Parts: sequence; structure tokens; C-alpha cells
Amino acid sequence: MSTKVQPITSPPSSTGKATTLTNEEILRYSRHLIMPEVGMEGQLKLKNAKVLLIGTGGLGAPLGLYLAAAGVGHLGLVDFDVVDFTNLQRQVTFGSDDVGKPKAAAAQSRLSNLNPDIEIETFETKLTSENALELFKNFDIIVDGTDNFPTRYLVNDACILLGKPNVYGSIFRFEGQVTVFGMSDGPCYRCLYPEPPPPGLVPSCAEGGVLGVLPGIVGSIQAMETIKLILGTGESLKGRLLLFDALAMKFRELKLRKNHSCPMCGDHPTITKLIDYYEFCGVRGEEAPGPDVQVPEISPRDLKSRLDRGDDLFILDVREPHEFQICNLNGHLIPLGELPRRVHELDSSREIVAHCRSGKRSAEAVDFLRKAGFRKILNLKGGILAWSDEVDPSVPKY
Amino acid sequence: MSVKVIIPTPLRVYAGKADSTEVSAKTVGEALGQLTVKFGDLRKHLFTEDGKLRSFVNVYVNDEDIRYLSKENTPTKDGDTISIIPSIAGGFV
Repeated sequence: MSTKVQPITSPPSSTGKATTLTNEEILRYSRHLIMPEVGMEGQLKLKNAKVLLIGTGGLGAPLGLYLAAAGVGHLGLVDFDVVDFTNLQRQVTFGSDDVGKPKAAAAQSRLSNLNPDIEIETFETKLTSENALELFKNFDIIVDGTDNFPTRYLVNDACILLGKPNVYGSIFRFEGQVTVFGMSDGPCYRCLYPEPPPPGLVPSCAEGGVLGVLPGIVGSIQAMETIKLILGTGESLKGRLLLFDALAMKFRELKLRKNHSCPMCGDHPTITKLIDYYEFCGVRGEEAPGPDVQVPEISPRDLKSRLDRGDDLFILDVREPHEFQICNLNGHLIPLGELPRRVHELDSSREIVAHCRSGKRSAEAVDFLRKAGFRKILNLKGGILAWSDEVDPSVPKY
Repeated sequence: MSVKVIIPTPLRVYAGKADSTEVSAKTVGEALGQLTVKFGDLRKHLFTEDGKLRSFVNVYVNDEDIRYLSKENTPTKDGDTISIIPSIAGGFV
């Protein structure tokens, strides 16, 4: 179903709208201006547009770069995080010098260099139910480049309450999804997913991995959709879920219908204010998720002491074969997914220490084995990462 | 009716890394049932304990959401494609 785009008009601002372009701007955007689909009128729409990017990471990088390059007059960047070394594999707004710096500030610096004529506002803050409405209200379009479910629902709900379009993109390993939520006659995120998955069921990038260029592609598509909304041209992804499979290099489309019984955007909404999204998603607290199960543990230092003492311990490694190749503790490798089928390889009369990368998967393994009757089993707290930190720094971290 | 079921990336680890499989089914419900017979580990990721499709998993026949057709009773014909679309957020859960 094709959908003609309604142009987005900026709310009146105290500074008024720009009605002209400088000669320098005309030269900078000449490749836009010579296209009838853009022209002076379109470029002025871009100049007067106010777009808020939630997240300046993998998706936020191409978003920021292309929206700045296109001349979006006012960009807001929301990110409370700092640049981590592992981010450089995909977050291409940052350089090696930026490691340790706040992401929003580092992104602002890069984007200002690309386009000094636009206004870039940073919000080095966590987006919460307390600040979202205030933050969003001065922008025309919100672009969701976040990386967790509670924030996805928060962004969605705030956009619906304020009547703002939400250009949504998400990724996992080699797959991406893009659509436009928040249009008055279109669906919202809750129409598609009324409830989030329980924590721990869908792996994060740190656990599942992601091909660095994937958010580059998906974020670029989000940038394209944002520009089309501003210009009022082309057919938007409202009502369509674009699915991208990078390995097969296939794009597919699914129909997204507005759910008229949706509690958020339906005919009779029952949700009229922002809620506690962490509670909604079943995530306690805001720190990095720890193991979901409570199991007996051993610290890396204690394990080292016991091994040095000559204790007879069986080390069970529940990671994947490709992780074993990066580094290992000479454990017996049974990937977590295969444990139920291969439990006969374990001797329950021996004392077993299970480990994985960070301690989460091995906690599940210990829980499983205890339920299967194993009594002498411990989880290596913090996994091989903690072993590297506390016992043997020559073990690479990944 | 020979139907192709596309398995999304987050669930492939529970399906022996397969990205799709063919099943013989007359309805979506049958097709998903066949799928979980073939790949038992998928069951708990797709269905709750009392056999209901999990709410963060959407199922499409070709490009239509089954919630707007006849849900699990949606009939399938030869050559149809069933897509399972779980929610993904990317990054950090």
C-alpha cells in the first residue's frame, strides 16, 4: 500500500523561520537545489526542521552525519554514554581520540565540522519518563536509534502523546528493521509489539554481535526517511515494516496496520501518560544486567587459588567454538545451547566450575545443571573477562 | 500445503542455525506446530507455557500480520511464506 507523505511543518519558534539561503548555503547544497524534488523550497524546509536523535551510537552515527550534511537546521543529540573502544567498530562519527569522551559532545564536534551552519544541541542525559516530553516538544521529528526495549517504548509513547513522527530503526547481527511510527493515521510501536520480551531472551550486541556496517545501512535508511518527511516527498515507510537481511542481501516488506484497539494510539487510548518502562520491560534498575538467576559462585581469584592448590576442579566452558578460539581456560567446551543434549559428558561426582564470557550464560548453565541434580557446581563470577581483569591480564578481552 | 517458514536471526540458534524450513500445513497454527516439532528448542521462545503465541513475536503470512487475518487459523496455501518477526532493539537489553 503506497502512502503519500504529509509534509511536516515546524511549530512556530521565537526566532522565526528562515526564508532565505546564504550564497554559501546555496553552494554547499547545490546538489540538492538542482533537483526539482528539493529545490530552494525543500532546502528551506530542511533548514527549518528540528530533528532529535535519540542515541548517537551505531544508528546515530550515519543519522547524524547525513542529516547534518543535508542541512537539517537544528539537530538534537541525546546520549548519556561515553565512547568505548569497542564502539569504533561501527560508530563512525567517533575517532580513536574520542575514546572516553561523552558521545553527544564527540558527535557534536564531528557534525559541526561537517556542517558549521547548523545548530546542534546536546543532551548528555538519560532519556526518562520525567524528561522525555519536555525534551521532545521543541522538535518536529524524533529518530529512534536506541539500543534497549524500555527506551523504545518510552520514545514511542512520548511521540504519540505529543503527536510527533518517530522514525524507528533497529538491528540485530545481520538483520535490520525500519519503519515510521507516530503518524496520526499510522501504527505505533505498541501496535506492532504490545509487550516487550522478558529480559535475557533477546541477546544484545555485546552478546549476539553485530556486523559494524549494518547499523550504517539501517541508520542511513532512517536518515532518508527523515529527510523525506521533512520535504514531503516520496512514499514513507508509515504502515510498512522494512526488513533487511544483510547476509542474503534481501529487502522485504511487511504490512503494519494501526491497531484500533491499541492502548496508546487506538480509538480509545487507555495510556495517557508515560509509565515506568523499566518495570514494564521487567528490567530492575539501570545498571548493566547481571545474571538473571541466582546461583552459587566462585570469584576468579578464588578459582586460581584452588587450582594452584591442586584441587580437582572440572572447568566447563559454555561459550561458542569461535569464542574458545579467541581465548580459553582449557575448559571442556559445551556451548550452552547444546548442554541439555550433552549433559552425559559431565561427571556429577566431580566439582564443576562453569564459565562463559561475562558470567551470564554460565549462570544459566549452573541453574540448569542444579535442576538436573548436580550438587557440586559453581559459576565463575564475571566470566573470562573477570579472569583477565583479576588473575591473568594476558588473556585477551573481547 | 507446502509452506516456507522463515526463522529470524535471534531464533536460528534454536533451529540448528537454519534460516528457513519447509513444512506441510493447512493453517498457520499447524505450520508453527510442525516447526516446533522439528526444532523443539524453539517452542519456549515462540509459545508460553499454556501454548499461546508470545506477545513479542509477530507472525506474518506473506506480508500480512495474522492478527488481522484469522490468527493461528489463517489458512495457508502452497508457496506461502510464514515470517516470524520477534522484536529486536539492537545493542543492550
